[in-house]
Amino acid sequence: MSGANGHGATLAEKILARSAGLEHVVPGEIVEGNVDLAMMHEQGAQTVAPFHQMGATEVWDPDRVVIAIDHWVPASTEGAAVLHRMLRKFAAETRLEHFYDVGQHGICHQILAENGWVVPGDLAVGTDSHTNMLGAMGAVAAGIGPTEMAAVLALGRLWLKVPPTVRIEVRGRFGPGVTAKDLVLRILGEVKTTGAQYKSVEYGGPTIDRLSMPERFTICNMTTEMGAKTGMVAPDQTTYDYLAPIAKHAMHPLRPDPDAAYERRVEIDVDGMPPMVACPYSPDNVRPLPEVAREHVVIDQAFLGSCTNARIEDLREGAALMKGQKVAKGVRFIVSPASTKIYDQCLKEGLVQLFTDAGAVFTNSSCSACFGGNMGILAPDETCASSSNRNFPGRMGAKEAKIYLMSPAAVVASAIRGEVSDPREFA
Amino acid sequence: MQDVIEGRVWTLGADVDTDQIISGKYLTIIDPNELKKHVFEIALPEFAAQARAGDILVADENFGCGSSREHAPQAMRAIGVGAVVADSFARIFFRNAINLGIPTIEARGVRAIFATGDPARIEMRAGRVTNVRTGASVEFPPLPPHLLDLLEAGGLVEKVRRELEARAGKVPAAP
Repeated sequence: MSGANGHGATLAEKILARSAGLEHVVPGEIVEGNVDLAMMHEQGAQTVAPFHQMGATEVWDPDRVVIAIDHWVPASTEGAAVLHRMLRKFAAETRLEHFYDVGQHGICHQILAENGWVVPGDLAVGTDSHTNMLGAMGAVAAGIGPTEMAAVLALGRLWLKVPPTVRIEVRGRFGPGVTAKDLVLRILGEVKTTGAQYKSVEYGGPTIDRLSMPERFTICNMTTEMGAKTGMVAPDQTTYDYLAPIAKHAMHPLRPDPDAAYERRVEIDVDGMPPMVACPYSPDNVRPLPEVAREHVVIDQAFLGSCTNARIEDLREGAALMKGQKVAKGVRFIVSPASTKIYDQCLKEGLVQLFTDAGAVFTNSSCSACFGGNMGILAPDETCASSSNRNFPGRMGAKEAKIYLMSPAAVVASAIRGEVSDPREFA
Repeated sequence: MQDVIEGRVWTLGADVDTDQIISGKYLTIIDPNELKKHVFEIALPEFAAQARAGDILVADENFGCGSSREHAPQAMRAIGVGAVVADSFARIFFRNAINLGIPTIEARGVRAIFATGDPARIEMRAGRVTNVRTGASVEFPPLPPHLLDLLEAGGLVEKVRRELEARAGKVPAAP
């Protein structure tokens, strides 16, 4: 398969052509894509009314729909309890059996990833903006709203404007204490929050090739903050090894053509790159972490969690620094694993004890403090060091509160010192 | 959808994200009439009390960025916002607003020609937004037919309802 106009096709173009049953597609073209996987979290409760108003009674393919509740687990308000109840009722009525309810729960994107619900070549949609994370599987994965989800559940398809692709080519090796999170923050600092609006972002190059799946998840996850429709890594042996034991349906391992036409290429060299931090009030307000650390930014809270960085690898990275240290006086340190499976793994490895011994609060798996609607909410004059993905005004509570986004290791370093800190000083 | 939309303008800045439109603490509210009391609480606190049906929002770059929450355009629809025009939109907000039947127009340079309170005129098919007070205008590429059809139908719910009825043989499919 090749693109139109005599050149090759990008990965997004190939996947969208496959989902629409076309030979090739071109940027700007509107296609009807058949959906391989649809995911809902609590916002799916708002899908129920439009689904019924549409006159729909059956879901196009119940085996292609996953529900994972994650924002308020267990329900922390009456309103959340009502949303959960609506979803349970709807799932029962429409025979949606893949429901990760309280007890099997986790952040929706992590549930999709660790259970192999999205595989190479898929068109996946979810009612959360960070659905982009699943692009790491070599898929087009995009966030949609609940009314649109109602149409997807009824018809099994949705319209998509084929996006132009930005290719981000990464070379070089991470120094000690530098992680995939620092890389994606660096990219955000260059591409900015509007730099990939409506576009597909394709990550590649030798550095990306060497990354594990969890690291690719972190990078694709924050493609959302670039304004992109989707962000992806072409599937390779790392992808197949991760998915082989867990894939829920057949893979269509597509890769971009070598002569694909990109709207823009961004080249990043990570050799010598320091840890990075996104300062208030935008994820693209990125600076080298050592520079910010020199300003002694005192924190009130540290948060190691969210779909961006709360996998077992992230928690181990944090634990390695936390071991034998204490959370600084006056700092609340919240650790929230991304799924129940990860929580169990932390128990087995002694990480829960390690964090609580240090004075951290180790919570149940959920979106936790990331979105300012459940727990770990910030007062107006407070500051938080966070491994999450957004720091716009009001994201974690009060609109004046300040959020610094950084890697898990940097969050732990900051929790120990009580101010934004460089994790390399703990080596 | 009317071809010409007129209304009183409220201006907003760049990067107004969904948290500034409907804060995370209100996400368990699903009644649009309840939601509308909190719309723009962070970005434009006086809006909820003073906005009238038919008012037009004019924003700078990247309006509606952030989460996928439909609460944001739901609240605007409950208030009766006549149209949202911005230099650029975040994609999920754009889709959500169009799906709810709100005329949503990307017009480069539009924020610069308006102040809050100015009267605006939007010509949907001609692709022009005019400040009726100053006479300044900017042109924009009209929405593609697919999206104009969606607005014409009153939003996605109505469009899919017609399609499902046509499939069931109740009425002929819309052209």
